[in-house]
Amino acid sequence: MQFWIIQGLNSLSLGGLLFLLSSGFSLIFGLMRVANLTHGAFFMLGTYLGATALRSWDGLNIWVTALGAGIAVAAIGGLFERLVLTRLKTNPLGQVLVTLGMSFIISDACLMLWGGDSIPVPTPQNLQSPTRVLGFVFPTYRLVLVGCAIGAAIVLYFLLERTRLGAMIRAGVDDRQMARAVGIPVSNLFTVVFCLGAGIAGAAGVLGGPILSAYPGLDADMLPLALIVVILGGIGSLLGAFVGSFIIGFIYTFGTALFPELAYIILFLPMIFVIAFRPQGLFGRLSA
Amino acid sequence: MTPRTPDHALEIIDLKKAFGGLVVTQDISLAIRQGERRLIIGPNGAGKTTLFNQISGDLRPNSGQIKLFGTDVTQFAAYKRAHFGLSRTYQIITLFPGDTLEHNVTLGLLGLRPSRWQMWRPLSFYGDLATEARRTLDAVGLLHLAEHPVSDIAYGEKRRVELAMALAQKPRVLLLDEPLAGLSNTERTQVKSLIASIPRETTVLMIEHDMDTALDLAETITLLNYGRVIVDGYRDAVIADERTREVYLGV
Amino acid sequence: MKWIGVALLAASFLLPPVFAGDYYINLASQILIAAIFALSLNLLVGFGGMTSLGHASYLGVAAYISALLTSRYGFGHGMAAIVSIAGTTTMAAFFGVIALRATGLGFLMITLALSQVLWGLAYRMSNLTNGDNGIAGLTRPAPFGISLDSPASFYWFALIVASFAFLMMATFVSSAFGSSLKGVRDQPRRMAALGFNPWLVRWITFIYAGFWGGVSGLLYVYYNKYIHPTSLSTTSSAEALLGVIAGGSATLGGPVVGAALVLLLKNYASAYIERWNMLLGLVFLFIVLVMPTGIVPALSRLTMGLRGGSR
Repeated sequence: MQFWIIQGLNSLSLGGLLFLLSSGFSLIFGLMRVANLTHGAFFMLGTYLGATALRSWDGLNIWVTALGAGIAVAAIGGLFERLVLTRLKTNPLGQVLVTLGMSFIISDACLMLWGGDSIPVPTPQNLQSPTRVLGFVFPTYRLVLVGCAIGAAIVLYFLLERTRLGAMIRAGVDDRQMARAVGIPVSNLFTVVFCLGAGIAGAAGVLGGPILSAYPGLDADMLPLALIVVILGGIGSLLGAFVGSFIIGFIYTFGTALFPELAYIILFLPMIFVIAFRPQGLFGRLSA
Repeated sequence: MTPRTPDHALEIIDLKKAFGGLVVTQDISLAIRQGERRLIIGPNGAGKTTLFNQISGDLRPNSGQIKLFGTDVTQFAAYKRAHFGLSRTYQIITLFPGDTLEHNVTLGLLGLRPSRWQMWRPLSFYGDLATEARRTLDAVGLLHLAEHPVSDIAYGEKRRVELAMALAQKPRVLLLDEPLAGLSNTERTQVKSLIASIPRETTVLMIEHDMDTALDLAETITLLNYGRVIVDGYRDAVIADERTREVYLGV
Repeated sequence: MKWIGVALLAASFLLPPVFAGDYYINLASQILIAAIFALSLNLLVGFGGMTSLGHASYLGVAAYISALLTSRYGFGHGMAAIVSIAGTTTMAAFFGVIALRATGLGFLMITLALSQVLWGLAYRMSNLTNGDNGIAGLTRPAPFGISLDSPASFYWFALIVASFAFLMMATFVSSAFGSSLKGVRDQPRRMAALGFNPWLVRWITFIYAGFWGGVSGLLYVYYNKYIHPTSLSTTSSAEALLGVIAGGSATLGGPVVGAALVLLLKNYASAYIERWNMLLGLVFLFIVLVMPTGIVPALSRLTMGLRGGSR
């Protein structure tokens, strides 16, 4: 029984992290039609930055760190978008390739700066003591992560549905040319969205640190999960990213716990099925 | 109505096509005899190209039947219909811009031949293809441009290449989607005389938006509006018909 | 004029065993293997318009099958090669049916996913594949009793196979089928209207590309006498894709040049710079931004310009 509950909570917290990671990916892909293969690296960069910050300064607030790292990663993303991606508007394949190239650059830079060993990230002190619910003991931090994801989902929902920026983003996702025609500054919007997506990924990286640790290859572990979530949930759909994240969180956690040898198959099979038979995913309106 | 005789080249029965809630063509029934020259006219959005796309297999109708020489081809993929003798041209030029005219027409010739699956010999090995391609280009007056890439030639010449590609297959039924669109007067005369010289064995179905230009090529006319057949019959009868005037002068 | 250049280039392939030391001969062998791999990928990418990020699947699977059959089940090399290629080609046929349900990005992701599945299997099913340790202590075949253990003898073997592969793929590309492939890449609707079956054309190409990918995999495992899951990794596929794009995917020479470039960079750079992946990424960025059609077309434009180029 304990096993199922622990794994269940792990699934939820992973799902929460995945939502933070994939919401940015989904936005970027939905609006810019760019499959940002750098996204895993943005996450990992955040984790490393968070690891260093939290280990160097005792008692540093994790939320502040996440915000700081988020801004730093957003800035890097913005530079990349402005200097590289905008020049490749007519070359979608090229866009995918440069994001791949960028991911190599960032991951090697992390290797260079932080070395090859895994760096554990301390759980924030005020969240270290476990929570008791119905006689079961849960690690508090994991619960907090789930809360984070829900909070972020609400904020993003408000951003997209209730603000002018959100309206412009939604218009751009639906019909880019039309949006341009009605005067929406699409290319600036692209930069904003890319920064937003990268920033959220970076912040998510910090928050994921206590659970995942910072290690080389973290980007390669996280990116496929984000891809699967977005394809399963539907591109450009926040609800899809939310639902998809938790589904994949469960599949991955229980899959690796129960059938470690087949973990990859269990993970990729849903994605292959979705692309092959329902390309718009569960909630999306566009297909890959 | 056009009198129905047993051996129709193309028969369309109660064809309907809807995209979600938007019905684009409905209750379309046509019977076209072999060798006929039929013109399909109608205002923009009347469903003419959608009709063509259903006949050629680019779109699947929601209901209805399409028969080519008596065979029900409704479920056939587009490429299969080509093997049944159907050829078409497109409203937008869909040639291969980086390739020479000769290569474009050669592709047209290859489409129906078993040798198109050949992987072990260079294409240049098939001399008879090249000869046939050049002959086809000559028939449309473009032999002198055979070695030029399609991207280099004029718009009117591209239209003639399209026609050449379609005719190279010696089709039994030929669909021409606005073949005269965007042409200058000289170009128009050239293309029109090409169309007029198409052998009688080939049945020709033509869409034109501008009625005047295509009238002398037509024997029978079908008028579409809002996805339905409004008038259908011999040319003079359709022109004189009140409903035709209504559609074009707009109510 | 062009043919003299090509002939010179071809002749240069005969030079390494005669003039160079073992290190360079081995490097040349690796270039040949990478070239076959890149050419097979380019059938999909350049000529078919289908960008795959999972081509390492075919190299890896062929290598693993051969490794397992020879080291564990006592197969002779000849039989192992046949089973290996047959298996890989069958897998390509199966993968093709799945992958071709999508186009563009969806296709890319399915090929990525499928190769990740294989990588995961190779990594985790350690009873079978030895997992992260890889399978070592393999042998090279001895066709007609001739040993391939020396660098020079292996090089000649690789050269023969590579030349054959190049010839076959060059013929494929200029054949009627090749023309139909390029046509389907450029105007699939028009091709269907002309009587070509676009799906079948793509699927056959996919299988053929997998076949040659498998051939490169055999050479790969013979050369290294060792196989490890990284050969199935996305990085491996990405390096091949980079080679194809960098060299120029519209040509036959492009992938060869690109593969050579990537391999040389990897070998030389890793001696001086520790961060190979970063360099790879930077090169990706550079090529895509500065010469998106690749090196070979850029070079030929340059030489045309120098000659006062007109057609």
